[in-house]
Parts: sequence; C-alpha cells; structure tokens
Amino acid sequence: MMHAFEYAAPKSLDEALKLLGSAWGDTEILAGGTDLLSLMKDFVVQPKRLVNLADVGLAGIAPEGDSLVIGAMTTLDALLAHASVPTALTQAAAGVHSPQLRSMGTIGGDLLQRPRCWYFRRGHGLLAQKDGASMVEAGDHRDHAVFGNGGAAKYVNPSSFAPALIALGASVKVRGQNGERSLAVKDLYRTPASATEREFTIASNEIVTHVVVPISRSSNATYEIRQRHGLDWPEASASVAVTVVDDKVTAASACLGHVAPVPWTVDVSSLVGSVLTAESAAAVAAEVVADATPLTMNGHKVELAKVALTRALLRAAGKEVVR
Amino acid sequence: MTDDTPRTSVRMTVNGEDVETTFGTHKTLLEVLREELGLTGTKHGCELGECGACAVEVDGKPILSCLLMAAECDGAKVETVEGLMDDARLHPLQEAFADLGAAQCGYCTPGFLMTAKSLLDANPKATRAEVKEALSGCLCRCTGYQQIFDAVLSAADKMGRA
Ligand SMILES: Cc1cc2nc3c(=O)[nH]c(=O)nc-3n(C[C@H](O)[C@H](O)[C@H](O)COP(=O)(O)OP(=O)(O)OC[C@H]3O[C@@H](n4cnc5c(N)ncnc54)[C@H](O)[C@@H]3O)c2cc1C
Ligand code: FES
Ligand code: FES
Repeated sequence: MMHAFEYAAPKSLDEALKLLGSAWGDTEILAGGTDLLSLMKDFVVQPKRLVNLADVGLAGIAPEGDSLVIGAMTTLDALLAHASVPTALTQAAAGVHSPQLRSMGTIGGDLLQRPRCWYFRRGHGLLAQKDGASMVEAGDHRDHAVFGNGGAAKYVNPSSFAPALIALGASVKVRGQNGERSLAVKDLYRTPASATEREFTIASNEIVTHVVVPISRSSNATYEIRQRHGLDWPEASASVAVTVVDDKVTAASACLGHVAPVPWTVDVSSLVGSVLTAESAAAVAAEVVADATPLTMNGHKVELAKVALTRALLRAAGKEVVR
Repeated sequence: MTDDTPRTSVRMTVNGEDVETTFGTHKTLLEVLREELGLTGTKHGCELGECGACAVEVDGKPILSCLLMAAECDGAKVETVEGLMDDARLHPLQEAFADLGAAQCGYCTPGFLMTAKSLLDANPKATRAEVKEALSGCLCRCTGYQQIFDAVLSAADKMGRA
C-alpha cells in the first residue's frame, strides 16, 4: 500500500521534463518500477507526483557512428535479445534473476536504482546516522562497502550495469530544461556529503535518455559472485574490457560492483605489455584489493572482489576455467 | 484515504473479458485485481519483487503485479491464474501440480503456475535447468521445489505430446 499521489504519463520528453519538480522528493520518475515501487511502499520516497516515461519514446537500441545507443527505457530482456550488445553488459543483465524483473526492469532504472542498504530501506537515510554515529558501523554491515567507506556513506552502489558500462567506456545522455548534456557513466555517481543529497550528479528534473556504448573490439566480460541464484544482488562483481594484440594486452580497464558507494573503477594497467595469464590476472587483482578498507564484518567481500576480478579478466581473455 | 485522492479508470482485457474499472491512482495491478475485480487467485506476498506470489502476464510478458501501477494497464491484456482453465478443463500445469504434490499450502502456487506458463509458452521444450532459472524469482516455503520442477517438466511433456 502506497500513499496517494498524482500520476502522469506524458507523451513526450519535453512534457515529461515540465512535470518534474526542482527538489528531490516532490516528484519521481517511473521506469519499470521494480525499484521505485518498493521504495514507495517502504515510504523511503513519498512523491506527490509520479512521472512515467513509458510513452516518451526512449525504448530501443540502434547503432550510431562508432557507438551503440540504448534508450533508457530499454528492458533487460531487450538488451539480452540484441546481438550487438557487448558481453560485459549482457552478462550483467543475465545476472538479474527472475524473468519478471528482466521483462519489467530498464537500463535507466538499473543505473539509477537506490542502494539496498537495510538502514536506508528502513527509513534511516542514505548515511544512516544516529546521534552523529554510523548505524552501519555499529550494526550489521556484512553487505556494506569495503572500498571508499572512509566517509559517512557505507552503503554499496547496487547497479550491476554501471561497472560493465564503465569498463566499456560508456556515457549517458541527460536531458534537462536547458538542453542535453553528455556524462561518462562513472560521473553519474557521487558520494553524498549530507543525507539531503542523492548519490547521483543529475538533478531531480533531469532525465537520463540514452546510454551510449562505444563499439570496440575489446574482449569484455562480467563476473558476479552471488550468495543465492535469484532474488538478490551480487556480493561482489567485476567487469573488464581488455584489448589483446598479438597475444599481448594493449589496453585494459576494470570496474568493481557492489563493493563501494560508487561503482569502483580500478587500475589494471599493469597488465599492459604482457600476456594475460591466470597468474598475471591474480596478481593484478591482489594489487587492487590491497587498498580495501573492510569493516569488522565484511572482510569476505575483499576476497570475493579479488576472485571476481581475476575471473572476469580470464573470462574476457577466453581463459576461464569452468568449474 | 480522503475524497480528493486521485482516481483513475482503465479498460483492460482480463482473462479474455473486457473490463472497465476505477480505483485510487496509487493502486498496483495486484490490488486492483484482488480488490476491484475480485480475482483473489493472484497473491499478496512480499510486495517488493522478492517472492513471485503476484506473478501474472501482461501483454504476453511475465510481470510482477505488485510492482506495476494499475494506471499503466489501460488497454492491456492481463492473464491471471483464474484464466488458466480451459472451460472446465484444468491446464496441464495445474493437473501436474496436483498430481505430483507440487502444491502444499498452495500460497505460492498461482505465481509458480503463471511463471511456468510464461516459460512454456516461450520455450515448450525447456530443460530442467531452464525451468529452475525461470522459476528463480518464485519462493516456496513448503515443497522444497523439486516437485515443482518435476510438475513443470511433466506438463511440458504432456503439452508437447498433445
Ligand atoms: C528481487 C530483486 C533483485 C534484483 N537484482 C538485481 C541485480 O542483481 N542487479 C541489479 O543491477 N539490479 C537488480 N535489481 C534491481 C532493479 O530493480 C532492476 O535491475 C531494474 O533494472 C531497475 O529498473 P526499473 O526500470 O524497474 O527502475 P525503476 O524502479 O522504475 O527506477 C529506479 C530509479 O531510477 C530512477 N529512474 C529510472 N529511469 C530513469 C531515467 N531514465 N532518468 C532518471 N531517473 C530514472 C527512478 O526515478 C527510480 O528512482 C533487483 C530488483 C529486485 C526487486
Ligand atoms: S508479492 Fe510481488 S513479488 Fe512478492
Ligand atoms: S506450497 Fe506452501 S509456499 Fe509453496
């Protein structure tokens, strides 16, 4: 049961933009609703107006120059059915379990879904502070951040798509009252300094319209580690893109998911110049997680991140050992 | 709820029948099916997308009715568990669930039936692994799932031979 609100189904992007409020919380954008409706039922967000993007023409995938342009309202199913979508992204989409979530959920909603932190979902705010102290640190934080957690934010970014898109060098197109801008997917996220801010760099009256993925010849992959197969988010994931020429790595990028308040881009450039092997993958992954700062209950996530990165690299290189 | 609560009317086809209904705009399809249309076969579970008890089909696609605004369903074709029977004949999935003990308390059954129906419509020759994957969003607290997988495979087999 949700509180009553006004519902709008605009027929164009311009109309939709006019219906959005300039302060977070007054209005919310509805895409597939798989995250938003649960936030509303838990009274975490209580908009006065819901603006549905279903009819503004943002679904569909098309090549454009050197890129693949994916409308924000494209469903996970549609991504999985399209032959040109890079592997790192389809592997992330296939990880979202239950056919219903894949037929309802959209790529825009996946990128902009809110953290699963149980303190946040129970109404204690994104930073979960009580009397100036972190409820997360004092409480159960087995699923919380192991990187980038030195400030007040301890939740993890929940998107499985963001790490894949970041590894692939993708950007998003954002429309506001004053026109369109383009933003690297990485720059869509920030760590809020106060509980009144959101974890995104877009404003409440801006709409992500498209995701632009460069078509590259990199080998790319996503590897997720999940506690259970369905109905859950990964404990850690890694997405990578590797370019190999004459058996040697010439470029490599990687991003970890579900381990920090933002998708956690990591440096794997030490792979460049040599052959990617099980040993070199494990070595760079060990180097990456040496910087982790786990809390008392979540040290296991550091190990999981290391394993996910190692296996994502091997998967991209076609050298995965299938167990 | 007050008198000025926004209300919405939609026309939809539910199990082949045209219906027009008016409800509080904030209602989900699940609430409208149960409370306005009296179709209580579709169950309220978690209400958060985490159990599959509310699964139905909208325009041929498997969806969770607890996470869909009913206001979005104007013109939609909705199939619920009440529409599975063909006249007085049980659907092969219903028969197999009954025969093989795939339902105990039965609370999860409508969601499993509808999710399995969506799977078999799209993939009549689904393997056990595919059945498991398709049903991964449905929770059952009673059966331990094996009977459910058996029942879906048995129904698929029967439907293939029919
Ligand atoms: C049981 C369960 C398991 C899940 N598992 C995973 C998982 O493993 N990995 C994963 O990544 N996700 C997971 N999800 C989360 C998620 O809901 C989906 O992946 C989905 O893609 C979200 O899309 P949506 O269209 O339903 O979003 P909505 O719920 O409609 O929107 C989510 C948020 O994004 C905002 N928004 C949506 N579109 C736009 C836009 N174009 N511009 C600006 N703002 C926008 C909305 O206002 C809202 O705040 C899971 C969800 C459930 C319920
Ligand atoms: S009631 Fe809809 S998924 Fe649980
Ligand atoms: S039969 Fe009881 S929950 Fe499935």
